[in-house]
Amino acid sequence: MTSTITPDTSATTVISVEEQQFNDLIEADSRIEPRDWMPEGYRKSLVRQISQHAHSEIIGMQPESNWITRAPSLKRKAILMAKVQDEAGHGLYLYSAAQTLGATRDDMTDALIAGKARYSSIFNYPTPSWADMGSIGWLVDGAAICNQVPLCRASYGPYGRAMVRICKEESFHQRQGFEILLELMAGTEEQRQMAQDSVNRWYWPALMMFGPPDDDSPNSAQSMAWKIKRHSNDELRQRFVNMLVPQAAVLGVTLPDPDLHFNDETQQWDLGVIDWTEFHEVLAGRGPNNAQRLQRRRDAHEEGEWVREAAAAYARKQPALTNEREMAAS
Amino acid sequence: MSDNVTTDVADHADDHGHATVDVTTLDAELIEGPSNATPDIAEYALWLGDDALILAQQLGAWISRAPELEEDVALGNVGLDLIGHARSLLHYAGTASNRTEDDLAYWRTEPDFRSLHIVEQPNGDFAHTIARQFIVSHYLFELYSRLRASADATLAAIAAKAVKEVDYHRDHSTQWVLRLAHGTDESRRRISTALGDLWPYVDEIFRDDPLIDRLEGIAVRPSSLRPAFDVAIAPVLAEAELDVPVGFVASGGGRAGKHSEHLAFLLAEMQVLTRAHPGASW
Repeated sequence: MTSTITPDTSATTVISVEEQQFNDLIEADSRIEPRDWMPEGYRKSLVRQISQHAHSEIIGMQPESNWITRAPSLKRKAILMAKVQDEAGHGLYLYSAAQTLGATRDDMTDALIAGKARYSSIFNYPTPSWADMGSIGWLVDGAAICNQVPLCRASYGPYGRAMVRICKEESFHQRQGFEILLELMAGTEEQRQMAQDSVNRWYWPALMMFGPPDDDSPNSAQSMAWKIKRHSNDELRQRFVNMLVPQAAVLGVTLPDPDLHFNDETQQWDLGVIDWTEFHEVLAGRGPNNAQRLQRRRDAHEEGEWVREAAAAYARKQPALTNEREMAAS
Repeated sequence: MSDNVTTDVADHADDHGHATVDVTTLDAELIEGPSNATPDIAEYALWLGDDALILAQQLGAWISRAPELEEDVALGNVGLDLIGHARSLLHYAGTASNRTEDDLAYWRTEPDFRSLHIVEQPNGDFAHTIARQFIVSHYLFELYSRLRASADATLAAIAAKAVKEVDYHRDHSTQWVLRLAHGTDESRRRISTALGDLWPYVDEIFRDDPLIDRLEGIAVRPSSLRPAFDVAIAPVLAEAELDVPVGFVASGGGRAGKHSEHLAFLLAEMQVLTRAHPGASW
C-alpha cells in the first residue's frame, strides 16, 4: 500500500492513500459513501449515532400511540396515526442507513431490547394527557428538528439523505403539535390548563434533548471534526429557545423558566440553570417510564417472533411451493 | 454509490402513498357536496362508516406493537385508509341530521352504532387480525367495486376512492394468509384457528335488510356480494391449503344496533376524552 505524509503536521504521521482521500472528502465538504474507505472510529461513531436515532424513533412511537385509540376527534386520530406511522418509517430508513455501515438490524434490535443501546431519554417520560400530543410535537419534535436539520449535511451520504426525508416529515409533526396546543389554548379553562400543565412537564426535558453542555460532551469534538455533527449542543439549544419564545407568546403559554430573559448584548434569550441531575437520572435508567418502554418493545418483538419466523420460512419454501403448484397444474 | 439501501424502504412506502400528517383533511367534494343525504341513505352510510371506523380503531391499537416495523407501517396505512373512509361516510350520514362526523363517532351510544360483529371482534394475535382483515377487505372490495355505480353521487365518489385502497388491503392480508399458512407449524395452526374463530361472523355481512329494498340502485344488496366473495377467496384458501371453516354461525344484528360484547369497551376507550369535555373543540 502506498503511503503519503500529511503535509500540514510537523510530526511525521504516515497515513494511507485511502485515509488521505477520506480526509480530502471531509475537507471538501463532500459525502462519504458506503463503499469508500473510512476510519474505524468514524464507522463506529456513525453506527452508534444512527442506531440510537433509529431506536429513538421506535421507542418514540410509544408515548404517542398511547393516545391513538383515545384521540378526541377523527381528524386528530388520523393525524396521530399518520404521525406515529411516520416514526416507524423513520426508524426503517435509519436502520437501513446503519446497515450500509455493516450493522445488522437483528443486532441493533437485540441491543435495544436487551437494554444495551441508548435512545433519546425524552421518550422515558409519560403522556398522561392529550395535551402531551401537542407538547411532543411542538417541543420534542421542534428540538429534534433543530438537531436534525444540520444532519442533512452530515458527511456520511446515506445518513444525510435519510435525514432530508425525515426532516420534511418532522416539520409537519411540529406544526400539528403546535396546532393541538393552539386549539387547546383557545378552548375551555380545563383545556388551557391541560396545555399549560403539559408544557410545564415537557419544556426542560426538551431542552435536555440537545445533550449535555459543550464542556461535558465527550463525543462532540470528534463528531464535529468529522462533520457528522455541525453545531455544538449549546449552540443548538440556544437556537431552539430563541425560536420557542415568540411561539409561546402566540400560543399564550408560559415557558416554565422564571430566569428566562432577553439579553440585549447578545440578542439572544438567556435561560435559567438546567437541572442536569434529572437528565442523568433518566439516562441512568431511573426515569418515569424506562422499564415500561423497553418492556413494551420486548413484548412486541417476542410476541411477533412466530410471525417473523413464519415469513422467513415461507420465503425459503417459495421455490418449492411454486414447483408444487406447477406440477399440480400440468 | 447508489442510494439503493436507504431508498428501498422509502420507495416501497411510496407505492402506497405513504401518508404524512398533512394528508388528513376531507376531500373538498365530500365537504361541499351539493345535497344532503336522505334518512335512508344516511342510515346506509352509517352502516359502512361504522364498519370502517370500528376496524380503524382496532388497527390503530397495533401501531407500535406489530411483529415487525414494516407491519407497524402497513397496519397503520390500512387503518388510516379506513379512518378516511369512515370520516367521509359519517360526514355524509350526518348531513341528514345536521350532525358532524365527530358527533356521530363520539356522541352516539352502542345501540345507535350499525357496525357488523366481525369488525368488533378483538385484534387477538396477529393471525386473528389478519383473518379479520382478509375477510373484511375481500368483502369491501366487492362492495366498493359495485358502489362506484351508485345513483347517489357522493356514495359513488367515496366508493371510487375507497376501492383502490381496499384493493391494497386485500392484497396485504392475502399475502399474510399465505405466509402464515405455509410458514411454520405454529403459524399454520394459528391462522387456521383464527379463520375458524372469525368465520361465524361472515354470514352477517351478506344479510339483506328492509333498508336495502328502499335503496334500489343506490345501495349494494349485501346478499348479491356473497358469490363474488366466495369466488375471490376460494383460490387463496386453496393455495393456503386451508378449508373454509364450518361450524357456528353467529346471529349478528349489528345493523339493528345489537352488538357483540366487545363494542362497549371499544367505544368507552374511543369516546372517553371527548365525553369528558362536552362542547370542547380539539
